[in-house]
Amino acid sequence: MEPGVILEWVIKSVVILISMTAGFAYTTWYERKVLAKMQVRIGPNRAGPFALLQPVADGIKLIFKEELVPAEADKLIFNLAPVITVIPALIVTAVVPWGGVLDINGFKLSLALTDTNLAILYIMTVTSISVYGITLAGWSSNNKYAMLGGLRATAQMISYELALGLSLVGPVLVAGTMSLGKIVEMQQGGWFILFQPVAAIIYFIAIIAEVNRAPFDMPEAEQELTAGYHTEYSGMKFALFFMAEYAKMVAVSMIGATVFLGGYLGPFLDIAPWLGPVWLWVKVAVLLFVFIWIRATSPRIRYDRLMAFGWKILFPLALANVLVTAVVVAFMGGK
Amino acid sequence: MSELQNINVGEYGNLVSDRAVKGETLLLNMGPQHPSTHGVLRLLLELDGEIVVNCIPDIGFLHTGVEKTMEYKTFQQAEVLTDRLDYLYTIGNNLVYCLAVEKLLELDVPERAQAIRVILTELSRIQSHLIWIGTSALDLAAMSVFLYAMRERELILDVYEMVSGARMMTTYIRPGGLWRDVPSGFEAAVRHIVKEIPRRVDEYEALLTKNPIFLDRTVGIGKITTEDCLKWSIGGPVLRATGLAYDIRRARPYSGYEQYDFDIPTQPEGDIFARYKVRVEEMRQSVRIIEQALDKLPGGPVRSSNRKYIPPPRSEIGVSMEALIHHFKLWTSGFETPKGSVYTAIESPRGELGVFLESDGGAKPFRVHFRTPSFSNLQIMSLLSKGHFVADLVGIIGSLDIVLGDTDR
Repeated sequence: MEPGVILEWVIKSVVILISMTAGFAYTTWYERKVLAKMQVRIGPNRAGPFALLQPVADGIKLIFKEELVPAEADKLIFNLAPVITVIPALIVTAVVPWGGVLDINGFKLSLALTDTNLAILYIMTVTSISVYGITLAGWSSNNKYAMLGGLRATAQMISYELALGLSLVGPVLVAGTMSLGKIVEMQQGGWFILFQPVAAIIYFIAIIAEVNRAPFDMPEAEQELTAGYHTEYSGMKFALFFMAEYAKMVAVSMIGATVFLGGYLGPFLDIAPWLGPVWLWVKVAVLLFVFIWIRATSPRIRYDRLMAFGWKILFPLALANVLVTAVVVAFMGGK
Repeated sequence: MSELQNINVGEYGNLVSDRAVKGETLLLNMGPQHPSTHGVLRLLLELDGEIVVNCIPDIGFLHTGVEKTMEYKTFQQAEVLTDRLDYLYTIGNNLVYCLAVEKLLELDVPERAQAIRVILTELSRIQSHLIWIGTSALDLAAMSVFLYAMRERELILDVYEMVSGARMMTTYIRPGGLWRDVPSGFEAAVRHIVKEIPRRVDEYEALLTKNPIFLDRTVGIGKITTEDCLKWSIGGPVLRATGLAYDIRRARPYSGYEQYDFDIPTQPEGDIFARYKVRVEEMRQSVRIIEQALDKLPGGPVRSSNRKYIPPPRSEIGVSMEALIHHFKLWTSGFETPKGSVYTAIESPRGELGVFLESDGGAKPFRVHFRTPSFSNLQIMSLLSKGHFVADLVGIIGSLDIVLGDTDR
């Protein structure tokens, strides 16, 4: 393999990792600002212009905090759990294309790290890993609250993973491919949210549960379980959990935007192909806004209702959607 | 692990079920430091999975010895301590204490003072209910309502500050009347609140009342019947949410409540949602009472003119020997009271707030005891929470609207 190609991959990987970590940092800033506006507060406004340095200040604070490990915790797993949680969140967007092909003085630069034909399968596989981190964190802390949070997380994420997976089957059937690059190209005629509205709704509900955001933030229900599975975590280990949650928010928003909202497609793309990443991030910002909006408005669903909702409503609905899509695709011969 | 966290089954063996002794159920220590126990309440939970088998409230972490301290203060000085009981209904605490002292001394209170007392205690009730709606919605993770409620509460605290100079611990109501007359901007400020609150309450209702998740979390949870309420001596919104229209403002009127026209909201269900509906409606009724009191706010003095108990105005001290003597006597040794004991009660936002005052004839109370609604409301915690989820337990604590300062005294 040519060294140039490998260098290109390395650079793209680094860009993705940096943008996910920066995305995490600025999602916290974005959430705090938007929540503050919704709740007639001011929000952060001290660190730098528009408090843009706030995430940096938070990071520095967390680095200097003491890292406590409970005396009776299972130390190895306790230290490993945040890592297991955060890595999938950072690497899951590797298969998401950021744009078409840029032509820089004759050098063709594809704005995608990889366009594997198993992209959707890869996403499903990688997101499932992070639940282990949360479960192990809850168990290894040797704290009753953390254990309850960890148990809730396991039950919740497993039951929502099914609906999430099935909701992605619909677009895959319509597109006839699992490659996200091809799925985006297929959407030039119209976003998949128009052809697969049920799948889109199921996807957006399931990802809220998948990333443990309100109203499905059972595993870390502050009012009941203090902080759920990360009760005993402090300092950078806590920051890693925090990072995993927000990076996952960005990641699932990015995947949702790619599968249902046309990904990097947008106006003027043929004149200026570099607009691709901009459109993608605009769509991500809109989806993140919806996450924050729901958090500001909605009370938390109770744990048993959440399970019932997942298994009795979302799962059958997603199955029915797959069935109907499959029948339609079989008769119409795909789009 | 601290001593509290290390729960020994043997130690609580008589309180928990046999299953806990066998290790089938989980003992969970909730509090005294916990985000949703509304202060330093400790709950010892016995859990079967996430379902509460038993809930044992453990109080006393905020015990400040207020009742005992009051025995070492004169009647005027002791009043300052009442502010510290129920820190969300400070003006009401002052009122019930002053009513007891007035009953003991057979003091009469001028009309104007009575009306201002009603306005302020009703504002206090709204303020307390605003905190309740905010915190209990926050317990169910509806976080925005809390901040909206705080915004409106600020208006009311501004009025406190305007009349007394303090935002919480006002000690504005004094035996025999008020500390001093209200300043000139008072009526405009209260009118503004009266105009604002109903609109804002509608907004909270828009966020909560028909929200399916909120309904799911509140309807049918933490049910109690009227009989149980009466057995456990529960009053206030919890009782009215079971369908019994009992309100001390109507049953045993004080401070001229009999002149005002207001409804006693009730709901038949007795669950969290019923308590929510009752309290929301009470805010609207309080606004009605305030409006009526403002409309017929009489002029005249705001303190009784009985100089044996009420200090003379500053202007008299320079010209009247008698006034100077009274002033000196009242501020050095306090007033002497007739021997005897009295009990008065008012309707606090949480239920019956009563004070028992025993005097041995001296200038200091022989015994002061507060019958506080938070204390009696906490008794039914285990009754309400059995068989519910931990998540519902949090909602139940919120719906009882306890104030730990009021519980522990």
